[in-house]
Amino acid sequence: MKTLSVDHLLGIKQLNENDLHLIFETADHFKEVINRPIKKVPSLRDVTIANLFFENSTRTKLSFELAEKRLSADIINFSAAQSSVKKGETLVDTVNNILAMKVDMVVMRHPHPGAAAFLSREVDACIINAGDGTHEHPTQALLDAYSIREKFGEVAGKRVVIVGDILHSRVAISNIFALNKLGAEVKVCGPKSLLPKHIESLGVRVEPDLQKALKWCDVANMLRVQNERMDKSYFPSIREYTQLYGLTMPVLESVKHEVTVLHPGPMNRGVEISSAVADSDQAIILDQVENGVAIRMAVIYLLAAKLIKPEHP
Amino acid sequence: MTPKQLLSAPQIELLLHRLACQLIENHRDFSATVLIGLQPRGVYVLDRLVELLQSHYGIENLNSGKLDITFFRDDFRRSEKPRVAQPNQMEVVIENKAVVFIDDVLYTGRSIRAALTAIDAYGRPSSIELLTLIDRRFSRDLPIQPDYVGRQVDAIQNDKVSVQWRETHSEDAVYLIKESL
Repeated sequence: MKTLSVDHLLGIKQLNENDLHLIFETADHFKEVINRPIKKVPSLRDVTIANLFFENSTRTKLSFELAEKRLSADIINFSAAQSSVKKGETLVDTVNNILAMKVDMVVMRHPHPGAAAFLSREVDACIINAGDGTHEHPTQALLDAYSIREKFGEVAGKRVVIVGDILHSRVAISNIFALNKLGAEVKVCGPKSLLPKHIESLGVRVEPDLQKALKWCDVANMLRVQNERMDKSYFPSIREYTQLYGLTMPVLESVKHEVTVLHPGPMNRGVEISSAVADSDQAIILDQVENGVAIRMAVIYLLAAKLIKPEHP
Repeated sequence: MTPKQLLSAPQIELLLHRLACQLIENHRDFSATVLIGLQPRGVYVLDRLVELLQSHYGIENLNSGKLDITFFRDDFRRSEKPRVAQPNQMEVVIENKAVVFIDDVLYTGRSIRAALTAIDAYGRPSSIELLTLIDRRFSRDLPIQPDYVGRQVDAIQNDKVSVQWRETHSEDAVYLIKESL
């Protein structure tokens, strides 16, 4: 049996290529499961999972919750907005209190980069990072790469451009790690103010011109402009951003070959992507959402296999 | 210790013919029957039986599927060697059909229990029977018995019964491997 090389999913950086392929192969089986009349397997019926969301989320939270339910795990949900965190409790105390209720795994989204790694050192449970600030969002990168693999048969050799707010995007960082490990070529495209300095050191190239980037690529991953993380003005106006980096049908059609369009959501229609593109056949945005459940089932299943074996009385 | 051969290729061929005839006796034209091979090794028995029933006994419109039970096993997180899942091929309707599970070796019965749970996801069969090439009759953990048996084998707990197929080995054969003490 193949197992993951890690005990927690903190980021793509810690995974090796075999881990990625194992997750994809397992997700293939779970994708078949979630298309059955009864979309549930009993594998995790003795595992309890806590979903801790210290930051807003719709898609990721629902996707994790559904994945856990499809595996028959017991789940508890926690949102920071209605919790004792507001009363001054520390993260470690909050999580240890939850673990005292006999929880085996923790899925956590947190606004601070490194929060998941910190937690994995401090508490005794399997940690899955569901997004930590501007650092990593591993399951999103896994489902993006899985969707590319599904569309093209493999990721190796494909040309992928990540467009938009790279500076504030954990999706971009995790995607770069995942695509590089799988042998894809990656370029990033966006206004200079939204590209981190020395991004090339991650093994990607910078292409400031969207047209040129599209001509080069097989896949365009359009990122959202993360206004909530911006402490200052990074570009003159939304209108100017849209004119230079917004993906519209005329721009897409000006490229001779077919470009597959990804978007991690939530979309700002009319800003980074036009409605016509988002709803076109070239966009596989809803496939990404479906694949998200299968990928998260695979990650949870493979990590649960590494939990300490239940004690026999 | 060297493995002892329990069945040779001609003997296996003979057993498969008998099993095919027994199936025909109970299922006639197979119009209300679905044969389900259990992944990973039951599918070899299934493929052979389907081939025999179609080419040798002239059964047409045979319905069959391949069922993976990995996610339904009761030894997840308990077994030292967790299994790798295999593809499901269940493009058949089992609702109100007579299902026959097909496996190579019936041992503890736990795989069959998992299969009984797994098949639930596809509908409610009118009945479920079990066909197994080898029945290790003294090793059951659960109250599960086969309806069609190729050969009964008396093997103690630590022995291993290995079924080899020409698809993966040089020829068809069944071996008993005694655990050295």
